[in-house]
Amino acid sequence: MDLDFTEEQEALKKTARDFMKKDFPNTLVRELEEDPTGFRAEIWGKIAEMGWLSVIIPEEYEGIGGSLMDLVVLFEEMGRACFIAPFFSTVICTLPIVSAGSEAQKKEILPKISNGELVLSLALTEPSATYEAAGISTSAVADQEDYVINGTKLFIHDAQVAHYFLCATRTRMDGPPEEGITLFLVDAKSPGIKITPLLTISDDKQNEVVFEKVRVPKKNMLGPLNQGFPLIQHLLKHAMMAKCAEMVGAADWTIENCTAYAKERVQYGSLIGSYGIIQHYLAEMWTEIGIAKRFTYYAAWRLDQGLPCDKEVSMAKAFVSEVYRRWTRMGVQIFGGIGTTREHDMGLYYRRARQAALLFGDPDTLREKVAQEMGR
Amino acid sequence: MDFRLTPAQQALKEEFEAFFQEEAQRAPEGWIGGMFGIFESEANWAYHRSVADRLSKKGWLSLPWPKKYGGQEHSYIEQLIFNEVRGYYRVPGVDLWGPQIVAPSILEHGSEELKQEWLPRIANAEINWCQGWSEPNSGSDLASLMTRAVEDGDDFVINGQKIWTTGGHKADHIFFLARTDPSVPKHKGITYFVSPIKEGVTVRPLLFMHGKHEYNEVFFDNFRVPKTNVVGKVNQGWYVTMAGINFERSMIGTVSELQRDLEDLVDLCKRTQRNGRSLYEDPLIRQKMAQLDTELEATRQWAYYVAWVQSKKQSAAPEASAAKYFSSEMTVRFANTALEILGLYGPLKEGSKWASLHGKFEDLCQASLGGTVAGGTTEIQKNIIAWMGLKLPR
Repeated sequence: MDLDFTEEQEALKKTARDFMKKDFPNTLVRELEEDPTGFRAEIWGKIAEMGWLSVIIPEEYEGIGGSLMDLVVLFEEMGRACFIAPFFSTVICTLPIVSAGSEAQKKEILPKISNGELVLSLALTEPSATYEAAGISTSAVADQEDYVINGTKLFIHDAQVAHYFLCATRTRMDGPPEEGITLFLVDAKSPGIKITPLLTISDDKQNEVVFEKVRVPKKNMLGPLNQGFPLIQHLLKHAMMAKCAEMVGAADWTIENCTAYAKERVQYGSLIGSYGIIQHYLAEMWTEIGIAKRFTYYAAWRLDQGLPCDKEVSMAKAFVSEVYRRWTRMGVQIFGGIGTTREHDMGLYYRRARQAALLFGDPDTLREKVAQEMGR
Repeated sequence: MDFRLTPAQQALKEEFEAFFQEEAQRAPEGWIGGMFGIFESEANWAYHRSVADRLSKKGWLSLPWPKKYGGQEHSYIEQLIFNEVRGYYRVPGVDLWGPQIVAPSILEHGSEELKQEWLPRIANAEINWCQGWSEPNSGSDLASLMTRAVEDGDDFVINGQKIWTTGGHKADHIFFLARTDPSVPKHKGITYFVSPIKEGVTVRPLLFMHGKHEYNEVFFDNFRVPKTNVVGKVNQGWYVTMAGINFERSMIGTVSELQRDLEDLVDLCKRTQRNGRSLYEDPLIRQKMAQLDTELEATRQWAYYVAWVQSKKQSAAPEASAAKYFSSEMTVRFANTALEILGLYGPLKEGSKWASLHGKFEDLCQASLGGTVAGGTTEIQKNIIAWMGLKLPR
């Protein structure tokens, strides 16, 4: 048993923390929140240079061949810094390319992801607002050398800067819904794609992406025909753990900053941190965030090792989401009036918590999945 | 990171499992486990004692101690695995205090004579301990205790009263705190004693809310204890109490026992039809069961983490306090949620027709309240986290 990060991971953590401090200051967070692209080429270039985009890409495709746990380290630091870039989108879309892409696809695309040339966006969810296969009705129909895609994708992160969409389509209408899904890598410049930005609570660059008679060459099919949903499930599990890591990193910011504030804010002649009520809020916050972190590592480790983990991943995402929501809410309370303002950072985390809890499975839906696993 | 047990730990775990699985078969009628079940009937007590004897023969009451004193020199991880497996099979046999509170105190602070005299007897399960710390006016503010110990020749003479003395009616020995110097600040005038219960000690029952006899009051009336029975130095007893309590706070045994309870509850929900479907198919109940399972896993992961930090010989006081309060509060939530899931059947007591799962949750939703008070209340644990972990002003 070894419940610590490796030395390399500790070093990566330090590099990431230093990078965020130096190259991703708070002012840039504010700027990118307002900026419709949510993208800075120089930041993207630097993270490519540091190898962050290649962590899960195998070495033969110019990657590093790292693990999910390495990514957990990075996502924690990104969550802590409220990092804004299409990194999450690109990385989770890289997964099915690595695991199911053809040799040609891998050779063509992975090195370009690795060096920062390509931004990817996951075009999965639709107005049905579910992550289940039954929610996918965007169709792809074979026509000579192409497939033709029609449908509306909704809540699509980073479409505004994507070079490729990883698009989940329905290619068979009959039979169980999960046995008729096919994935395509769709060039974002293809005629018939219309992107409309959505404004969200966390300014996280979501879009509606309408596919109207969009032609995709057959060679851009990723993985087998009609059997794309298992790849999506695999991707979702990784996305959940990456989101957990982001959340616990952000939660760390919350406990640290609330504690620091309690040691400087004076009311009634005493530090508010000397009052039992504030001490106990902070003690609970520290405890639950600590537990959420260990839960994240455990579930991520199981996923990384290829062990059965449907239950653990769902549990972790539900638990971490609730913890992050609860304590960003209490964080605002501890900061008082200033915590409710646009200018104060606490609100950044409060807003992100509301969004993150719902992505890739909300706590109620995930508990239902846990209940299914409990009955086995 | 690697959450796997080493092959040696895995083998030991399997050995524990085989042992406790077999011991579980020998439980008396109506046995529902729990920390205090052993005090509730003669049959339960006899079961506890017989397992204790077998455990001592295995050397499993002294897993982390030095070999020199009859221990196995295992790490906290092995101890955690032991506690986890034992909890899951709901098997008693480990004195509540001896191996995990008294022994670490003696190991860390006791004289060589004390170690030689007491440690083998604890490892051999010869002693049934009770704890004389709290007093009627000294609960969370334990250091304000008033029981007096006055030197008289080779002895101390003790007068005063203790309370919440779990298992005092079954115990033959007591470890307790008494004030040896009333003239100095409260933490600096307390001494830690171990002694057989003998003339001068009166034990009186104090029934728990559910009517069971677990607690007692203990009265000392010119109770004589030889000076050689002081653990650590005279007036240094407060610091002796700190040994051992952190590990005890990981509470893994409670978690694994609840895991077992949850399995039973899920099974029952599958078998129970209500309004044309099983309870297990009711979406609200599914949410509740999943939440219970999630909180259990969260608590389990934290307990492993705390043991991991401690096994590296690093201090983990705030982490251990977090484990203690979170797991005991979780147990209360668990019991109350389970009672809700069972509906009107939930509050039926063991022994009544139609009782569910031997009235386990009727019992637990009361018994669990002891856990959030005993051994440092939830509020005290949060104070420790705030002061030691977060360095907030006292």
